[in-house]
Amino acid sequence: MPKDSGIGASSKRREDVRFLTGQGQYTDDINIHGQTYVHFVRSDVAHGKINSIDTSAAEAMPGVVRIFTGADFEGIGGLPCGWQVTDRHGEAMKEPAHPVLAQGKVRHVGDPIAAVIAESLEQARDAGEALNIDIEELPAVVDMKAALSEGSATVHDDLGDNLCYDWGFVEENKGAVDEAIKNAAHVTTLELVNNRLVANPMEPRVAVGDYNRANDESTLYTTSQNPHVIRLLMGAFVLGIPEHKLRVVAPDVGGGFGTKIFHYAEEAFCTFAARQINRPVKWTASRSEAFISDAHGRDHVTKIELALDADNNFTAVRTETLANMGAYLSTFAPSVPTWLHGTLMAGNYKTPLIYVNVKAVFTNTVPVDAYRGAGRPEATYQLERVIDKAARELGVDPIALRRQNFITEFPYATPVAVEYDTGNYVATMDKLEEIADISGFEARRKASEANGKLRGLGVNCYIEACGIAPSNLVGQLGARAGLYDAATVRVNATGSISVMVGAHSHGQGHETAFPQVVAEMLGIDESMIEIVHGDSSKIPFGMGTYGSRSIAVCGSAMVRATEKIINKAKKIASHLLEASEADIELKDGQFTVAGTDKSCAWGDVTLAAYVPHNYPLDNIEPGLEETAFYDPSNFTYPSGAYACEVEVDPDTGKVTVERFSAADDFGNIINPMIVTGQVHGGLAQGIGQALMENCAYDENGQLLSASYMDYAMPRASDVPFYAVDHSCQTPCTHNPLGVKGCGEAGAIGSPPSVVNAVVDALQSAGHNVTHIDMPVSPSRVWAAMNS
Amino acid sequence: MYNFDFEKPSTIADAVSAMAAEEAQALGGGQTLIPTLKQRLASPSKLVSLSGIAEMKGVCEADGGISVGGATTHATVAAEAGAYPALAALASNIGDPAVRNRGTIGGSLANNDPAACYPSAALASGATIETNSREIAADDYFQGMFTTALEEGEIITNVRFPIPEAASYQKFEQPASRFAMVGVFVAKYVDGVRVAVTGASEDGVFRWTEAEEALSGNFSADAVEGLSVSGDGMISDLHGSGDYRAHLVKVLTKRAVAAAS
Ligand SMILES: Cc1cc2nc3c(=O)[nH]c(=O)nc-3n(C[C@H](O)[C@H](O)[C@H](O)COP(=O)(O)OP(=O)(O)OC[C@H]3O[C@@H](n4cnc5c(N)ncnc54)[C@H](O)[C@@H]3O)c2cc1C
Repeated sequence: MPKDSGIGASSKRREDVRFLTGQGQYTDDINIHGQTYVHFVRSDVAHGKINSIDTSAAEAMPGVVRIFTGADFEGIGGLPCGWQVTDRHGEAMKEPAHPVLAQGKVRHVGDPIAAVIAESLEQARDAGEALNIDIEELPAVVDMKAALSEGSATVHDDLGDNLCYDWGFVEENKGAVDEAIKNAAHVTTLELVNNRLVANPMEPRVAVGDYNRANDESTLYTTSQNPHVIRLLMGAFVLGIPEHKLRVVAPDVGGGFGTKIFHYAEEAFCTFAARQINRPVKWTASRSEAFISDAHGRDHVTKIELALDADNNFTAVRTETLANMGAYLSTFAPSVPTWLHGTLMAGNYKTPLIYVNVKAVFTNTVPVDAYRGAGRPEATYQLERVIDKAARELGVDPIALRRQNFITEFPYATPVAVEYDTGNYVATMDKLEEIADISGFEARRKASEANGKLRGLGVNCYIEACGIAPSNLVGQLGARAGLYDAATVRVNATGSISVMVGAHSHGQGHETAFPQVVAEMLGIDESMIEIVHGDSSKIPFGMGTYGSRSIAVCGSAMVRATEKIINKAKKIASHLLEASEADIELKDGQFTVAGTDKSCAWGDVTLAAYVPHNYPLDNIEPGLEETAFYDPSNFTYPSGAYACEVEVDPDTGKVTVERFSAADDFGNIINPMIVTGQVHGGLAQGIGQALMENCAYDENGQLLSASYMDYAMPRASDVPFYAVDHSCQTPCTHNPLGVKGCGEAGAIGSPPSVVNAVVDALQSAGHNVTHIDMPVSPSRVWAAMNS
Repeated sequence: MYNFDFEKPSTIADAVSAMAAEEAQALGGGQTLIPTLKQRLASPSKLVSLSGIAEMKGVCEADGGISVGGATTHATVAAEAGAYPALAALASNIGDPAVRNRGTIGGSLANNDPAACYPSAALASGATIETNSREIAADDYFQGMFTTALEEGEIITNVRFPIPEAASYQKFEQPASRFAMVGVFVAKYVDGVRVAVTGASEDGVFRWTEAEEALSGNFSADAVEGLSVSGDGMISDLHGSGDYRAHLVKVLTKRAVAAAS
């Protein structure tokens, strides 16, 4: 029997009422009396020296309030990077200055040069056109290999070259890995590109800065996944505003996918400028602006080698990756190709020796940072592609080759520093074979062939490290922030509850799923519980939502706080029931005395807490409100097996996804419907990356795919009905809910199976095609078939 | 957007006089023009909306052909051009519902985007473009990407299509915009077959005359089998090379012939 409330129930998403009826309150819906509008004048060249900016004509334009340039930010902090990577030689990564408005040079198309504040947006744009900006164009650094070559132009002249870091992991294993590859019975090598993506949340970024001169308080309303992180970074490192004078609010946010984690120049600008002009300053990105100012994702070029012994056991993996950082280091950029990528290179397999080398490169392109999955999709893609290639080279079944090499005993310490607590890769693969009807594939292939189409089947596994993250561990790895989370459970006098959480919901459904947990623990109705998030003045200092961490980390804090509530409530109940505390039981919202028929209701206890007439004031404080901070002791390791079936039109090269099946192990599940929805969305993004999405620059650093005319987003008709199953559950062993997180799985796990399927389809027709880079567009497939 | 004046006349005559103003521009469905204005890539002094002119709207049958008012939306053509099924099918597959309910045939032909669908239908049908001042044969009308025979201020009031015995439009969508990466319109008339190709050429819509000759003798997909299209002069971009587009021209021509009804 499916439950109809509490943990495990598919409760309907309560937030959808306001979203679907147009009553969400997004940042752009916030308008403050006296508000001004800022228009950022952005570089239209990828690399150039700013000779001069003459603002005089523009200042005289109607409605102009004030114009800022980089000169106004001298002496003010630049945008900080939140993670410091140490390279193979023990040196810290190179960390360039990242001014709020360009100083001296522009470094990518979209780099903000000046900010025009006016009474209306159109006036600001008019004045922006009247600015006289003299930029001397410099040769653009675009291709990563060229960027590292001798004599390349430099993005940051003071750094000497374009290499941010040269990271080796695990460096001590390098010799042994080289040796194992040399002595292997078989080595499969694959060179591939993990294509650059634009996140494209439905809501573009927005920032509204406000300043209250009376109490010297600044407020920033912003489209963020983590308001406290922004408050910390912007307050402490950029503008020098102490926390008690700075409030950051992230109201309803229309999708993030990672790109709204980071602290952006526009946020700092609006907060700064509001104080300078003593009026609110609003910025709303246009979609065109989003393409050239939101941090992009992925953009790795990798060579991977997989060594096998004569029995097809994996003996070693060696990779070399170039990772594009773009023109500046975005907030968490350095961590993505290193700790979020290298640590996952074991995948689901007991490969004993692994060595990962990553060179991070500066180029004259938009900064690159975390995007749904962040590092883990890059790891999964290369590993699952090279395994597939190995299976074909060896003439063995790709599923059997994977099964043979599965990790089967847990906990399992990988050779790349992480310890998987639980998992059952055999079970998810069994489930996949069932839901994907793998055994029926040959018949479906025949049917496709009868219609003149080539059909292919691609399978892959994935593992991810989620629930980010143990603070002490990430601190050792270079994180400049803690990664715990926090929750305050405030029980009101009549028994209703407000839970203030550090996680931020921007599509994940926290407002529905989090109450299910508290309701389950207390035995009261979900509707009595409300989640408060997104406002630094209302919630405890939590770290926000990314890395599939919300329920695993913040949810755990909420459980701990609720446990404290239960403890205290039992004390109050024992007083009211005149019984020993040890005998009090809480069930279905009733406190009872074990072995008696004495009871009192949840509401009796909560009322007593706030109207403490009959109350043990000598022993306990009145009120019923508890906060807990939770710092996980390990990552969580969701895993699964995915299968994709494609049809390829041999005349045009067009690929259609006919079937897609996902068997995931997310540990325990709070709301199965929401989890299914998260997987659906992730799959659409993964299929989008595999077949369609391509953020491309030309050799001058101009963005070729700068709008939806050229950047192909997947649409409903591009994806099939999915078969999604998450009944394989090995609960996480180290968090109280046994949950692992499900937000990124779909995007991490799906690209390799799509490409594996296309290669399978082409080989079925005798084409000697072993790889096609993503996006596997019709023209690329056609070119591969005809090469 | 820059500021502009706005007029919405209800007759062609009034529209023509409104268009006499310097830098005035016609506004059809605005599906191309409005985004251009938003990006500040155009700055007309005045927009003259054609959407209030009843005599420029709707589809009617006349003299073995159909006649489509210049301000008729794609959705209306899709619904009402049943007498010319290939044309109705083409219209029903332009953009999305919002685009089809606003965008017009006149706007599409005046704009002559190299990837637009309608130009291929007009050229393959040997349509006649009627304007406020003259009639222009399709063969004379299209003059290269975004270039037409229209004079400054001239308004497309009506488009006449002779109805072929059989026709089909095959569109291969560019993955991002879903405009035609290549679109081929094949129309078979008593006096011969016409094949017009959109999306592919750097010179905009064109007639594939070799295929026309082959198909006029033998209207079957096999007839084009031996022909080849050169990739020279074909559009080459992020989405595909000139050679790929050239290849698609042939694939889609064969499909259009096979599907023609
Ligand atoms: C999302 C999207 C998808 C699209 N997909 C496709 C597609 O798949 N295939 C396709 O063919 N098109 C597509 N289009 C373009 C669409 O068909 C437009 O409607 C068309 O290109 C322009 O028509 P309009 O009426 O909107 O013209 P407008 O945008 O109003 O005007 C375009 C130009 O034509 C001029 N003009 C307008 N009407 C007349 C007239 N009667 N006489 C003279 N000049 C006139 C205007 O002055 C302007 O220069 C798409 C558009 C969008 C926004």
